[in-house]
Amino acid sequence: MLSKKQLFSRGMLDIAPHMLSVIPFGIICGAIGVDLGFNPYLVYAMSIIIFGGASQIVFLQLLSGGASSLVAVTSVGVINSRHLLYGAVLSEYLEKLSFIKKLLISYVVVDQGFAESNKFFKKNKTEQYLHYHLLGTGITMWVCWQIATLAGIILGSFVPEELGLKFAIPLTFIAIVVQDLKKIDHVIVMLVCGISSLLFFEAPFKSYILISPVIALFVAALLLRLKK
Amino acid sequence: MTWLSITVAGILTYFTRMTMIALVRRDLLGEKIKAVLAYVPSAVFPAIIFPAIFINDYGSYIEMNDPKIFGALVAIIVGYFSRNVIATIFSGLLSYWIIIFVFLS
Repeated sequence: MLSKKQLFSRGMLDIAPHMLSVIPFGIICGAIGVDLGFNPYLVYAMSIIIFGGASQIVFLQLLSGGASSLVAVTSVGVINSRHLLYGAVLSEYLEKLSFIKKLLISYVVVDQGFAESNKFFKKNKTEQYLHYHLLGTGITMWVCWQIATLAGIILGSFVPEELGLKFAIPLTFIAIVVQDLKKIDHVIVMLVCGISSLLFFEAPFKSYILISPVIALFVAALLLRLKK
Repeated sequence: MTWLSITVAGILTYFTRMTMIALVRRDLLGEKIKAVLAYVPSAVFPAIIFPAIFINDYGSYIEMNDPKIFGALVAIIVGYFSRNVIATIFSGLLSYWIIIFVFLS
């Protein structure tokens, strides 16, 4: 049985490599907001209030491009709706927590944290304080995101654009799913999701990010039926 | 007005995080749905990966010889065998940089 502290540190350790892409991305996010002419306090407040990388950039780009607030808010909602799926997966491991603790821990559920904690949970189902791993990944992401966006807002985009560090984002997610390429059913689901995201990229409100997982999960359900 | 929009967007985002964890009882999900949920990472992350590689900043598809495709392939191979996140990201970035700075400059 691991202690709360051990699980928390394990979470921090598991998420740490992803900071290689999260920190440059946060700097870029902060710098873009200021470049687009928004109040720096407002740009930073988003990192606390929304706390969702891509959706923060999309929100500011839409507003500065003349879109209505309704369109901008809807897009953030649609982009972040993928968290519903993360929550559905994590709920199995967080069932025993009190309602208040569930409300609090929800705030730090992000893509990479979900992915790493979910991997850990699957292998360590019997641990009593599992949620401390999720706190470790989530709080590390939160702190680094705050520092990185703040740095981008204050210092501007001191990361040279020629380096193309935005490319680190897909690489981080490749690192997360690459071991599942061993399983043919997962490969099919990944391809269906990826190809759908390209086909529906132009759909309104960035809804490709919701449409493609729904299609891919439908295919996953079909595959499960075929396996039987 | 912008502050109000950000607050509403923040509340919406928080609800997407909290709903399934705190409001929906796990028992409501049947065994079949639970089995499908095992595919969530494979069904979600490619929707972030594919557009970030195959669509450029201007919203159009990239050419087949784009350095990002090469970088992604290197990252997949290195990631598959090394099982290491840092090696995956670094190898992808490095091969991408070698192409844009050495071969294309």
